[in-house]
Amino acid sequence: MSNVMAGELVGPGSTKITKTGAWRTFVPRIDQKKCIKCSLCEIYCPESSVHQVKDPISGDLIFDIDLDYCKGCGICEHECPRHAIRMELEEK
Amino acid sequence: MQNLLAPGHRACAGCSMPTVIKLVLDAAGPDTIVVSPTGCLEVTTTPFPESAWCVPWLHSLFENAAAVASGVEVALKRFHKKANVLIIGGDGSTFDIGMGSNSGMFERGHKVTYVCYDNEAYMNTGVQRSGSTPFCAHTTTTPAGEISLGNPRPKKDMPAIALAHRVPYVATASVAYPVDLRKKVKKAIEVQGPSYIQVNAPCITGWTYDAGNTVEIARLAVETGLWPLFEYMNGQLTEVKKVRRPKPVEEYLKIQGRYRHLFKKPNGAEVRKQIQAMADANIAKYSLVD
Amino acid sequence: MMKVVEGSYAVAHATMCCSPDVVSAYPITPQTHIVEHLSQMVADGDLNAEFLTVDSEFSALSVLVGSSAMGARCYSSTTSQGLALMYEVLYNVSGLRMPVVMTVANRALGAPLNIWNDQQDSIGARDVGWLQLYVENVQEAVDTTPQAYKIAEDLDILTPIMVCMDGFILTHVYEPVELLDKEKVASFLPAFKPKYVLDPANPMTIGAFADPSTFTEFRYLQFEAQKKALSKIETVAKEFQETFGRYFGGLIDTYQMDDAEVVLVTMGSVIGTIKDAIDEMRSEGIKVGLVKVRSYRPFPVQALRKALKDADVIAVIEKDVSIGNEAGLVTDLKAAFYNSKIRTPIVGFTAGLGGRDITVKDIKNVVQKASAARKGIESEFEFLDLRTEILP
Repeated sequence: MSNVMAGELVGPGSTKITKTGAWRTFVPRIDQKKCIKCSLCEIYCPESSVHQVKDPISGDLIFDIDLDYCKGCGICEHECPRHAIRMELEEK
Repeated sequence: MQNLLAPGHRACAGCSMPTVIKLVLDAAGPDTIVVSPTGCLEVTTTPFPESAWCVPWLHSLFENAAAVASGVEVALKRFHKKANVLIIGGDGSTFDIGMGSNSGMFERGHKVTYVCYDNEAYMNTGVQRSGSTPFCAHTTTTPAGEISLGNPRPKKDMPAIALAHRVPYVATASVAYPVDLRKKVKKAIEVQGPSYIQVNAPCITGWTYDAGNTVEIARLAVETGLWPLFEYMNGQLTEVKKVRRPKPVEEYLKIQGRYRHLFKKPNGAEVRKQIQAMADANIAKYSLVD
Repeated sequence: MMKVVEGSYAVAHATMCCSPDVVSAYPITPQTHIVEHLSQMVADGDLNAEFLTVDSEFSALSVLVGSSAMGARCYSSTTSQGLALMYEVLYNVSGLRMPVVMTVANRALGAPLNIWNDQQDSIGARDVGWLQLYVENVQEAVDTTPQAYKIAEDLDILTPIMVCMDGFILTHVYEPVELLDKEKVASFLPAFKPKYVLDPANPMTIGAFADPSTFTEFRYLQFEAQKKALSKIETVAKEFQETFGRYFGGLIDTYQMDDAEVVLVTMGSVIGTIKDAIDEMRSEGIKVGLVKVRSYRPFPVQALRKALKDADVIAVIEKDVSIGNEAGLVTDLKAAFYNSKIRTPIVGFTAGLGGRDITVKDIKNVVQKASAARKGIESEFEFLDLRTEILP
């Protein structure tokens, strides 16, 4: 820490250590059958928490939520043109 | 999409600003240096010892981002290095306290792209009125009250000020139109001089609405004509986003708590008419309807 | 080679010899000639630097925040109202540990508006975290400029520095000066090699906000850096002497101190007048000496205790007031002595405010008053040159 304190220098992307997923009340669930992979959810997510990943079973590319950081804002649910995303009260 | 803004930042859930930054950086790419003034962006993305920025980023003060960016640009030239120099700052800094700095930077012609995320008040300090606050919006320093209808002044026309400085590229954009925003940033960074892009960026905390509606509200601002999407190159209007069937301003106003008093007070209807007239004036000025 | 030049030209020339990358300054009397000369040097290709004609002093220093963050060697100059306008940025530059060198052409601060010399501007900014060196003549202003860069850019110091020279008195005077040679300066002053810069190849965030859990440590590190500067200032002054053969003091300098009973303490160009006055008084048998404070920040406590320990009485003369409590230099000096074993009486005088001349007669007056104070202090602090006849 001492040599980065001079001039208040901080390493890139270091906010990743703060898991803002803990802020959530509602969690988004994607219905993959309805999803048309338009990627609007990925584009709009303020937490950069929607990613294209490979489905472990089918091998298809699907959209998935990074629950470490998703704050549960609901923009993805609102903007999905196929209503494929639903915000549900998260069981904690 | 490149993720040059890491998650874990402290922006409110549903804040439009991180989405704006994400899109801007995706368009500009990693060879970019960002200068930001004090504000929501700075405070939520750089709490020491963390930073969400994956590009070099510099913060000095509230009112000098443009001067600081001028210094970065000049040093880049000096060392024969190439990188985009971006300012990403809020309306408080851009419209008000940073005016002097901005004027100097525009006038000296530095190759700096100024992106203003406009949430129409000093949000970081708790929703106080800025020069960007629209007519009759409620803020803590222009509150709706027994004898007040909120902010008595119209929104400062910052794009016009940029144009008056002969800024070669001036545009408005919106978080609800990500393709358009990215395209405009790509154009702006190519300009051999300053550029100014003002991005409509709704704020849940300040405008008072459900978090999930952020993009929808920004869309309505465009669809009512209140936030025209336009582009000027070398002082000439070169592009507008047409609005096929403009929606009445009520649809935009009624879902925001900052305009709630306009639906409750007796003279609220008169104000809504005046706001509609402002939207109509934009529609006429920019020929938003075919 | 000795040349008769204007003080401002000499400083601009010295700055040019230091090869700054970025010069950013806003014109204000009596600094304007420095800026104009630098512009001409750029226009003629003698100074290869980026020169910005900025919109205010606030912007002037803000530009350098950006340039310094890129690793550029930076220069600015201002005074009085301009220094006050950039007050916020002064703290920013020192907090971000940027080694900017700035010539302050000391001038009074309004209201009332006054364009003439006093040191209220820089002394009033003594807490902002910048190093401050005060020069006594144009040659010293020239010599101190490369020294300032060498001190500030040391990676253990990384603290911005004000080189303070009395406005008009030193900026507009024409006197014989040994101008610096650029190659010789380059051998004395290495290139600026910062550790961290804005670079897309190695992205860093500069200027994060620090909450209560870390803020104190940032301030502490600045504090420690100024402590290190105490020895660095001395070292660099000696190195300059080895290369150029001239020495105007390190942290302090002394004149006729061997057997001095009455000792005057001051900063800046009034030293010239005081040396003349001392020569006259010495010829009359009065044992008076001078301690010049060259480094005001960091304040050279140990050096001053050592130099002043044998004095019978100390008189501080300064061109500022701390409205509400005496003045800056005298209160700093008294504080430096309180916990030491030195119990010499110290009396303070403010003079020369708003450009009022300080004459040999005034100095002799101070020595007389100070002498009388040996028997007991009647007045701890006074306005030396008060014109009671124009008071209402």
